[in-house]
Amino acid sequence: MSILVGKETRLVVQGITGGEGTFHSSQMLEYGKQFGVDYLVAGVTPGKGGMMYEGNEKDRFNRPIPIFNTVAETVRDKKIKANTSIIYVPAAFAADAIMEAADAGIEVIICITEGIPVADMMKAYAFVRQKGATLIGPNCPGVITPEEAKVGIMPGFIFKKGNVGLISRSGTLTYEAVSQLTKAGLGQTTCVGIGGDPIIGTKFIDAIKMFAKDKDTEALVMIGEIGGSAEEEAAAYIKKNFKKPVVGFIAGSTAPPGRRMGHAGAIVSGGKGTAQEKFAAMKKAGIHIAENPAHIGEVMLQALGR
Amino acid sequence: MNIHEYQAKELLKKYQVAVPKNIVCFSAEEVKSAAEKMLAEQGGGVVVVKAQIHAGGRGKAGGVKVVKTADDAYAYAQKMLGSTLVTHQTGPEGRVVRRLLVEQGMNIERELYLGITLDRAVSKNVLMISTEGGMDIEAVAEHSPEKILKIHIDPLLGIQGYQAREAALFLQLSGEQFKNGVKFITALYNAYLQLDCSLAEINPLVVTKEGEVIALDAKINFDDNALYRHPEYAELRDESEEDPLEVEASKSNLNYVRLDGNVGCMVNGAGLAMATMDIIQLAGGKPANFLDVGGGANAKTVEAGFRIILSDKNVKAILINIFGGIVRCDRVAAGVIEAAKNIGLQVPVIVRLEGTNADIAQKMLDESGLNLISAQGLKDASEKVTKALAA
Repeated sequence: MSILVGKETRLVVQGITGGEGTFHSSQMLEYGKQFGVDYLVAGVTPGKGGMMYEGNEKDRFNRPIPIFNTVAETVRDKKIKANTSIIYVPAAFAADAIMEAADAGIEVIICITEGIPVADMMKAYAFVRQKGATLIGPNCPGVITPEEAKVGIMPGFIFKKGNVGLISRSGTLTYEAVSQLTKAGLGQTTCVGIGGDPIIGTKFIDAIKMFAKDKDTEALVMIGEIGGSAEEEAAAYIKKNFKKPVVGFIAGSTAPPGRRMGHAGAIVSGGKGTAQEKFAAMKKAGIHIAENPAHIGEVMLQALGR
Repeated sequence: MNIHEYQAKELLKKYQVAVPKNIVCFSAEEVKSAAEKMLAEQGGGVVVVKAQIHAGGRGKAGGVKVVKTADDAYAYAQKMLGSTLVTHQTGPEGRVVRRLLVEQGMNIERELYLGITLDRAVSKNVLMISTEGGMDIEAVAEHSPEKILKIHIDPLLGIQGYQAREAALFLQLSGEQFKNGVKFITALYNAYLQLDCSLAEINPLVVTKEGEVIALDAKINFDDNALYRHPEYAELRDESEEDPLEVEASKSNLNYVRLDGNVGCMVNGAGLAMATMDIIQLAGGKPANFLDVGGGANAKTVEAGFRIILSDKNVKAILINIFGGIVRCDRVAAGVIEAAKNIGLQVPVIVRLEGTNADIAQKMLDESGLNLISAQGLKDASEKVTKALAA
């Protein structure tokens, strides 16, 4: 089993003919081919509906993908039956793309785009909730269930099928943690990059609830960072409700207050949202702390008693 | 993005938010004539001269002066302009005062607080209202939270009349003051939306004996992600308020924050960059900066990064930490080698490249003959930082 994406995923790529969309679609198609899973079923680019797209000169697809004008068509089409979307459209149009997917009845919407204005995201978030869809991101690396579906921009080769779940606000730090897990012989059920923005569709607590129900997930890695209070809320939830071992790390112990550290959401403001507070909340909840990000794999081995 | 008080007030005025009359000045002579003009218009009374820097706590630090004559205003301006103002928000180095605001004196009856920002826990904007104006709102929140009212605004509906009335009632406004209060709150919320703010804080919001409800101070921060919608904000930027190295880095599209440590770092991805800073500390050093070179680390970005890190004289070593992922490590290594040759490095550089073609990359670094120390994994990198600092 897995969460969010897997064998049931029928993926439509919004913004597939753009540079980013083309490159990452070609990578997802390669991943699918490697494991014999054809989860990428369609693309959407308004005005290019009806064509079969095979990539551009730089990045060729290993098979042609049908293009539609709207997400709704890909949901309705009897052969396509899209249920998941990934968004690579530029920031100015991304909130609109999210709402289009939610309105079309897409169940899981994964938004990679970075730099969406907060005011736009606030509306898109409220709209997605009304429609009952699940939004991952924005400003995230995506979601991967190893050997079943890679829906994102992560390098597929570092992941391995297994029993550890992972939730993270960061991209490359996620790869770092996954690479440590894989080297330690610990494969993953699903890895979810929830994104580094102040408004994200799925917070730690939402993803934790999904992992709680997943029988194959035996343990969880949670990688937070400074800013906001989502890690504290998740820790309180874990203490009460989550019985599987959790390993936690928070990036930004050395970050100064009041400064944005790359991610729009990574800022200590008004003395709140520090790494120290978050580590303390995690400790209190019985989470196994990796104080050093180089030790995430080791700490997980200890937590599992291996 | 931060702006000055006078710029915030000018913008808010366009959205019918009540602000005092004022004139911004860049010299003591300008302050004198502004004070003369304003005192004449008011028919006497007082004017206030306020230092314009991107930091709060100016009043307590001596950056705000109430004067009765233009000569007093002139004398104060001569003292302030070019001086360094240290407040609890500037840090010990303080900020140089280059602009002064001359503002009409107010007949203050009460000082209140009104702020708008994003409440991340619920993904909605929140109005924060308090009767304790002129104080540090975080201190009020800690010691007497009952004196703060929070009202969340539905993003799909916007602010409603009853919400503005609830806020005005909480501020114990009545009669003319109540009407003006409701108008002020509604106008400020709409300005917040139209201007794409991430923070709008009126502290204090004052009620005058004449029944006015007016912004005595105003702080606005913009949502950086929305700057593309407001090209006019470029004019409001005051680079003298920013770190010169950060200004330089932003020109090369590098995400750089200067810190006060001795080990520089260059990383791809914000989360890994923060984690790398933490590792430097655990290794016995102190991070000199945050620097995210983004997805496409090539010779050009690496070179720009090197130059910026090395212009900080405290830097004794540099740690480059790249998780290759889809980016090929050998290409990054080639970039690092080329940049290192162009610059002529004087400090040890520890390079950790992981991911696609990391082994080839390592070989390239080892054979380059440059002062580059290759590391395998984060742990090894951290140990090599410790060693480099000890040498």
